[in-house]
Amino acid sequence: MAQVVKRPKRKNPVERTRLPTLPPATRSRVALGLTAAAARGRFELQVCRDCGAVQYPPREVCRICLSQRLFWRRQDGMGELISDTTLHAAQELFFRERLPWRIGDVRLDSGVNVIAYVHHNVGAPPCRIRIEAALDRSGQAALVAMPERGRPALSDDPKLREMTCNPRARKILVTDGKSAVGQAVARALAAAGADLIWIGMAEPWKKSAGFDALRELPQAKVVPLDVTDSRSVRELAGEIGGKVDILVNTSDCHRAFSLAARRGVETAQLEMDVNYFGLLRLAQEFAPTLKARAADGDANAIAWVNVLSVFALSNYPPHGTYSASKAAAWSLSQNLRADLRPAGVRVINLFPGPVDDEWDQLEMPPKLSPAALAAALVQSLQGSVEDVYPGDVAQDWLARNLESPKTLERELGEFDR
Amino acid sequence: MAARGYDDVVLAAPVTVPYVRYSTHGAHWFLGRAVAGLIAAAKIPKRQIDGLAVASFTLAPDTAVGLTQHLGLTLRWLDHVPMGGASGIVSIRRAARAVQGGDAEIVACVGGDTNHTDSFRRNTANFSQFAQDAVYPYGSGGPNTSFALLTAYYMRRHGATREDFGKLCVAQRTNALENPLALFKKPLTLADYLNARLVADPLRLFDCVMPCAGAEGFLVMRRGTAEKLGLPFARLLGAVERHNAFPADPIQDRGGWALDRDALYAQAGVGPDDIDFLETYDDYPVINVLQFEGLGFCPEGGGAEFIRANSFEVAGSFPFNTSGGQLSVGQAGAAGGHLGIVEAIRQLSGQTLGARVPDARHGLISGFGMINYDRGICSGAALLAAA
Amino acid sequence: MKTTKTKLTRRKSAAKANVRTPAAPTRGDLGALLVSGNFRLVDLTQTLSPDFPTIVLPPEFGQCRPFRMEEVSRYDERGPGWYWNNVSFGEHSGTHFDAPIHWISGRDLPNNSVDTLPIAHFIAPACVIDCSAQAKADADFLLTAALVKRWEQRHSRIPAGAWVLMRTDWSKRNDPVAYQNLDDTGQHTPGPDPDCVRFLVNERDVLGFGTETIGTDAGQAAHFAPPYPCHYYMHGAGKYGLQCLCNLDLLPATGALIVAAPLKILQGSGSPLRVFAIVPAE
Repeated sequence: MAQVVKRPKRKNPVERTRLPTLPPATRSRVALGLTAAAARGRFELQVCRDCGAVQYPPREVCRICLSQRLFWRRQDGMGELISDTTLHAAQELFFRERLPWRIGDVRLDSGVNVIAYVHHNVGAPPCRIRIEAALDRSGQAALVAMPERGRPALSDDPKLREMTCNPRARKILVTDGKSAVGQAVARALAAAGADLIWIGMAEPWKKSAGFDALRELPQAKVVPLDVTDSRSVRELAGEIGGKVDILVNTSDCHRAFSLAARRGVETAQLEMDVNYFGLLRLAQEFAPTLKARAADGDANAIAWVNVLSVFALSNYPPHGTYSASKAAAWSLSQNLRADLRPAGVRVINLFPGPVDDEWDQLEMPPKLSPAALAAALVQSLQGSVEDVYPGDVAQDWLARNLESPKTLERELGEFDR
Repeated sequence: MAARGYDDVVLAAPVTVPYVRYSTHGAHWFLGRAVAGLIAAAKIPKRQIDGLAVASFTLAPDTAVGLTQHLGLTLRWLDHVPMGGASGIVSIRRAARAVQGGDAEIVACVGGDTNHTDSFRRNTANFSQFAQDAVYPYGSGGPNTSFALLTAYYMRRHGATREDFGKLCVAQRTNALENPLALFKKPLTLADYLNARLVADPLRLFDCVMPCAGAEGFLVMRRGTAEKLGLPFARLLGAVERHNAFPADPIQDRGGWALDRDALYAQAGVGPDDIDFLETYDDYPVINVLQFEGLGFCPEGGGAEFIRANSFEVAGSFPFNTSGGQLSVGQAGAAGGHLGIVEAIRQLSGQTLGARVPDARHGLISGFGMINYDRGICSGAALLAAA
Repeated sequence: MKTTKTKLTRRKSAAKANVRTPAAPTRGDLGALLVSGNFRLVDLTQTLSPDFPTIVLPPEFGQCRPFRMEEVSRYDERGPGWYWNNVSFGEHSGTHFDAPIHWISGRDLPNNSVDTLPIAHFIAPACVIDCSAQAKADADFLLTAALVKRWEQRHSRIPAGAWVLMRTDWSKRNDPVAYQNLDDTGQHTPGPDPDCVRFLVNERDVLGFGTETIGTDAGQAAHFAPPYPCHYYMHGAGKYGLQCLCNLDLLPATGALIVAAPLKILQGSGSPLRVFAIVPAE
């Protein structure tokens, strides 16, 4: 049964805001492979290239044939819950503050055992389950035993809800509502049950019908925000920073030029000023308060979302300077992630391929509609991921990049210009 | 090929450094007190100890090497045995071969740890790579989680009940009441056991060992040496160890003893029926049951029935954990694997602190250690006889 | 005070003195005026702030960078005893000056950039034409040559070398949206029509044209022939522009001296600047 998430009560000013605690985040280097896959919403385990044996916990050599040729491969997660327990005592503060916890021992069909959280919809052992990889509040992979059928959401379980950043009943800042993507994101968040959506508006004199229509959303509140203006960012942070649960950075400047096609640096500077320095300004002004409010009861700060671009992965010459600015933003987002992780605030990056908007006009389909991008964004908050590559082009680039970044670079360099 | 017997290897000088719940001392203090106790018990100068086997979780950053210099020992044989609750048995095996082969004459086997207010959490958090990667992040229940899963499985699979486990715990407490060094001084009733606060379903408070600080030690030497020194001793008839037994089992409901018990009894020349008392590694009651089964006292899965058919006090039908065991004495870290050995030497050499098993000729000790991931990896057992 | 034609102008066709309103003081009596203290100063400058709008062009064009300010230190670890900022802005942001080189029509003129233009031009008399009523009624109001001539009849002939300032009270629109006044057909702000600009340049040899709006041209001037006539003709004739002025309502129709000295930027096409008027007492 779905958990009904209610609007949190107003803050009691007499009570101290608790400090965030985290589940243990220490992992061996090899175990981070599990996190790397979970960050993209995948459950992967090591598999031996020589004998095919699946491995868990992560290790350096095959448990059967001692081969060193282990690689991470996606798993269906099917298995049997063979035993479970509900913990009423825990050594770490994070768990202690949230007791009790249901933990299970699962025998996967692939022949390995995993210790996992057990979703409350799962029955008593023995029973068939499906393991999913999620991210816990420390940002590390956590395995969850889900019912074999029915596909309930992680957030239906009140304990596992913390592994998600469900926007329901949340207060959310969308930094730029002027763009088609920003508008779609605001609408999607409203549909997903956001309690309040502040919508940033830069250069108010530039009007758009789509933006004006946003004002009709009952949850929407338009606020002045120009991410190229430090003062504007600071002033908004001063006004609403203490209330934002989720910050969605939709600010984007895309001028679609290759290096050879435009003289000077002015346009590239503008892209950098919005895409990179904009993120930096937002991070400097909003991140400290998000961290301070990471354990603020049910109305705590939980996530930061950046709409980046798959062009950040490898420079796409027809959009060369834009690619560079998004690559810079991506890099900075990793800094932000490291900064927010100790508080348990998740940074989610979206890497869409070409979007069906003005600046990707000359890109061939398939293109991602702003609504589809917004849906992927909301889904990423409802789920438990860090990196999202929405759409076919993004998935294609990701696969090619994982296989060989150099090959992708060369392929992208061959585009007709 | 059968292992060579242990000829005339004996164990002597049982020493316990009294346990405390928390201590401000380091592990070196407890291990040092244990070695001092061994020297005092054996009435030998320190330099006569020429071999040392050490087990400790809290000695870091030192190992047995650092302890050697710390204690001013000059040795010709040294071993560090990081096998948790199997360390005592493994130390016996290593030391016995050393004195048999003449590599050492008198080997001090010590196990001990300190316990600061936060050291159990730290030890658990850094216990092993697999635990750190794949267990501790899930609720951080430590061994409670692992044994809760094994216990729940065993109960479901084999029909054991809380009352069955409770009967063992109550009997151990009865034994402990005779032991002046046991930390638990109050009687335990079955109702106390059943109604204690939940820790990790189905485990409640008295299913879980209490971490504390302390140390245990004994000497391994040849019979002639002991006789020359005038020391009471117990003879080593046989000893086995096994690591990572049955890796294909989906969950641990048997340990390595099942693979080794025939060899053990063959080496010792006695069988289960000849055993007068059993000292198990007992951090949680379910693991006792796996030892009953693995060591051949009852069939696999027959543990519950065995418990119902027997009584486990010192004077009972199956004297068991006669000092009270870890569940009633306390778990002084790695000393937990030495506790039963020291008690067995006391029982067989007439030096008991508490109740004595009448006419005990043969005692069996077993060790179990290191929940590295989802199961205990190390198991072992040693069979001792009275002189 | 003596009323006479100014010597500050460099243009040869001096305007006839008009007895009905006072003319600006000459350089000779400027000194005496300042010593006498018998004048008031009027600040004609908008505050440079990040919120102040800049000209809107289609996004594929290069853009005027709005005024931005980044704190360098504020008595803190970045500079314990001092406060200062780094600022950045386009040459044409805030209250700013347009030099002839700004427009393609003025690109080949001598001394056409802010670093080379004659310093004598930094102080010049102003003729203020009040169009506030018309601009209030019609955002697209255009100043015509006929209206200028009617103004001359009421006041005096515009002297050569004088600033012509078009007062619209547009600067009183504090809301940047109302100030920009954009709709999907572009900007709607008042300005001069092409004929008026030709008249001021050819017939009156003015120093330049100043407005309260974001450009010297009207909002819809992209559709005039030629497009942006005020820029085209003024700069083509070596004349200047001042835009985003304020407080023009505090100036007399004639008699004020404008001090407008742009930053000395190498090859600069213009610059934000502090503009003020010295107004002799009545």
